[in-house]
Amino acid sequence: MTYGTYLRKITDPANRADPYPLYAELRKTPVLRDEGGPYLVSTYWEIHGLLHDPRLSSDPRNLDPDAAAALAVTEEADDPTLPPSFLRLDPPEHDRLRRIATYPFGPPHTPRRIHDMRGELARIVTDLIDDFEGRDRVDLVDDFAYPFPVTVICRLLGVPRADEPLFHAWADTMLTSLDPAAAEADVAQRRRAVRQARVELGMYLSELIEDRRRAPAEDMLSSLIHGDGPDGRMSHAELVSTAVLLLIAGHETTVNLIANGMLTLLRHQDVLKRLHDDSRLAVPLVEEVLRYEPPVQLLPHRTPLTDIDIAGVTIPKGAAIWLVLASGNRDPKRFPDPDRFDPDRKDNQHLGFGSGIHICYGAPLARLEGQIALAELARRLENPRLLEDPPPYRHNAVLRGPRHLPVGFDGVRPAREP
Amino acid sequence: MSTTDERGASRAHRPDDSLARLRREGRIVIVGASLAGLRGAETLREEGFAGSLTIIGDEPDRPYDRPPLSKQVLVGGAAADRTTLPRRRAIRAHWRLRTAATGLDLTARRVRLDDGDEVPYDRLLITTGARSRPWPQPAEAELDGVFVLRTNRDAERLGRRLMAGPRRVLVIGAGFTGSEIASACRELGLPVTVVERGPTPLVGALGGVVGQVAAELQREHGVDLRCSVMVTALEGDAAGRLRRAHLSDGTALDVDLAVVALGAVRNTEWLDGSGLGAGPRGVACDAGCRAFDVRGLVTDDVFVAGDVARSPHPLFGYQFLSLDHWGNAVAQAEVAAHNMISPGPDRRPHLWVPAFWSSQFGVNIKSIGVPSMGEEILIAQGSLAEHSFAGVYGCQGRVVAAVTFDQTKWLDFYQQQIETAAPFPPPFRSVDRRPDGLHPVPAEFPDPSLPSHGPTVTLCGYSPTERRIVFTPARA
Ligand SMILES: Cc1cc2nc3c(=O)[nH]c(=O)nc-3n(C[C@H](O)[C@H](O)[C@H](O)COP(=O)(O)OP(=O)(O)OC[C@H]3O[C@@H](n4cnc5c(N)ncnc54)[C@H](O)[C@@H]3O)c2cc1C
Ligand code: HEM
Repeated sequence: MTYGTYLRKITDPANRADPYPLYAELRKTPVLRDEGGPYLVSTYWEIHGLLHDPRLSSDPRNLDPDAAAALAVTEEADDPTLPPSFLRLDPPEHDRLRRIATYPFGPPHTPRRIHDMRGELARIVTDLIDDFEGRDRVDLVDDFAYPFPVTVICRLLGVPRADEPLFHAWADTMLTSLDPAAAEADVAQRRRAVRQARVELGMYLSELIEDRRRAPAEDMLSSLIHGDGPDGRMSHAELVSTAVLLLIAGHETTVNLIANGMLTLLRHQDVLKRLHDDSRLAVPLVEEVLRYEPPVQLLPHRTPLTDIDIAGVTIPKGAAIWLVLASGNRDPKRFPDPDRFDPDRKDNQHLGFGSGIHICYGAPLARLEGQIALAELARRLENPRLLEDPPPYRHNAVLRGPRHLPVGFDGVRPAREP
Repeated sequence: MSTTDERGASRAHRPDDSLARLRREGRIVIVGASLAGLRGAETLREEGFAGSLTIIGDEPDRPYDRPPLSKQVLVGGAAADRTTLPRRRAIRAHWRLRTAATGLDLTARRVRLDDGDEVPYDRLLITTGARSRPWPQPAEAELDGVFVLRTNRDAERLGRRLMAGPRRVLVIGAGFTGSEIASACRELGLPVTVVERGPTPLVGALGGVVGQVAAELQREHGVDLRCSVMVTALEGDAAGRLRRAHLSDGTALDVDLAVVALGAVRNTEWLDGSGLGAGPRGVACDAGCRAFDVRGLVTDDVFVAGDVARSPHPLFGYQFLSLDHWGNAVAQAEVAAHNMISPGPDRRPHLWVPAFWSSQFGVNIKSIGVPSMGEEILIAQGSLAEHSFAGVYGCQGRVVAAVTFDQTKWLDFYQQQIETAAPFPPPFRSVDRRPDGLHPVPAEFPDPSLPSHGPTVTLCGYSPTERRIVFTPARA
């Protein structure tokens, strides 16, 4: 199979630490036919328009078989054991499953779920930072950003703590499937490993669901199983798919938000100082991190149901489209002075969580996690500094973030009294 | 003190000088202290107006928000006095509340007030909005238990009565406000009857096809909905309390509470005889928000915005639209304020695409464009039967409007279709197209010549004043 020039550049690890010059080049052609590869959409309004365009499908079954093979994105559809999750479905199935999943998670039916987790989130963060005491350097990825969201998602769903390490391993393996560069490695072997992890995770969750069916607990999984909204209930297989989705979608993304956020703060010590002095800055700051260094750099799963004319290009039915969110976030036609990190930015409607019907379901939770984590790190670390700049990055170009983030500091301030 | 007289100025100075002086020390008066008035004032300051700013309003309170009044406020989710509009910035204004404007002298540039005062201006912004159309029989309207809903006081009084548990509530008129009130009553568990003259609720705003869905929603939520029927009389007891309503089908209903929701009347009476092009449909203005006088000439010192304005829209064949739309009030006030203190070349047209939302019976309804212009409707996504859909309205082969029931996230796309005059019916496949959506069907709007309380968008023909002056615009 052949790959387009730009696709190659985007996935090239050499461009991982700073992909933004490449995106700037992409934006010269808002919709670019990358020969042999996908259509790359890189400007804000075009991305925004397509995310609200009902002619675009998220369902890989609508991809032209050639495009599908070239991109190796069909592993979900191929999976014989689980139905596709709502991330990869179109309405009406998408809407039905997302509504049911929203019932026990957010407004209007459960408006306090996230709010009520605030105390628990703060405790997890406090414990993790307490563990820094007596050290003068940590890896913020392995020692902080990584364990935090997994713990949160496991608590939210109701996974027993003892089983949490299992989740790290599964989530890690499966995320590699989102990495376009994976196609260049040994595809078959990779797919086997991914499928294996999915099956194991699915089996685990399937059993957990059966447990909760017999003995409901106070967690979200129990509410999902027993809930009875106007849309009815999910089938057992749909429940498993949804639980897998929540776990994966909320995991590495949040790791990257925290790691990218801390990296950016350490590069902008003035902002770090402001956050230290006033933790309320965390709210706009997290939005700006989501714009400036978005954890999800691009959405590689869209395809048109019909030929679409956009920005002077006709994208044919069934073609693969990549929406380069991180590039749209730096589009000077939408954001003045886009390469400046500015937490006071007004009207910051970034694309970090996507937009339209698939806009991130977990955004309220992710925001809160990011706000609490960054505010507490800024408040408690004495004189924090980067020990390696740029830090080493993960291979993944879609879910982009540092693999390690070595940070030095002079001490740890005490936790706030609860 | 020397006032900035435009005509004098144009003789003596370059217009730039007079504009600079206006911005520095001019006098701007805003009549109508609500959404449009406040946003206009904020924009003036935002854009550097440093002169004196007077805001005249006949209500006692600082500007507050109306949409919650028929929603959260009635079900007790928010107190009526807690809907004060958030401020975007300080405006350093001289507020004259509890004071009504009673007249306008265009030549002397003065606004007359009900306390006998006169306020001079260099630029005037009219944002007097609309009020509820009252029950046509004044004696019956006076009965204890007969309400309208426009102001926070109305909402407070009505809310208190609803909380007291009336036997049955009668809602007269199933436009958006009436439907929302009925929804609130059901949420409170109150028995409610809705009487609507048209064939379905919301028929004036969204047509009969969508109106039928609104009717199903009402009935599923236990509303006693009676369409194609009119309330002919309200009857009181000896103490002047409402006790019964008589309907055109010969039946009568025992009720102790009735809400008259027959649409809105524009507040323009104070302009009678002023020489401005003002009438029951509002004050006509150009796309730059400058008011027309009765001769159809545009003024350059009187501007209009919000519900009281009626202005031509290039997307809709330059027809004059008057909109009871929150978003329009904000957008138009911003354009008006900008144009009031900007030189000609920097002025902007008000090109807002009409957009409206409503929440009732657990459904989020949004519309964009001008549905009532639609001859046909196509259910492009979802299904009417599931009460979750996106409908597209077409007129002469192009998309002019869209409506969504619980499908808000697609509206940006349809807005773009409207703005680009995309072909109707849409020639493409989209997600969630059902058998419903294979063919367009007549949208079923009532004859526009019949008096109606329903439409939130009104097409007022081509005339900027009551006298018919025909525009001959180049159609896009
Ligand atoms: C119950 C209710 C629910 C609504 N729900 C929605 C909704 O869901 N979505 C939506 O888009 N829109 C909704 N609207 C419409 C929206 O509130 C209006 O479009 C908006 O208020 C218009 O603002 P305005 O400033 O132009 O006029 P108004 O809010 O009508 O303000 C005009 C002001 O001028 C005052 N005034 C009038 N005459 C004089 C005078 N001679 N001298 C001094 N002052 C005067 C009035 O008392 C009033 O305070 C709703 C309206 C109501 C009443
Ligand atoms: C900073 C952290 C996060 C980022 C940047 C992020 C980003 C995104 C983006 C861009 C999408 C859109 C995908 C698309 O349009 O195809 C998305 C969807 C989704 N996210 Fe997140 N996410 C984050 C955290 C979370 C969390 C914590 C959860 C779970 C609790 C979660 C659950 C989901 C789900 C379920 C979807 C699919 C929604 C749908 O298809 O309707 N995400 N996310």
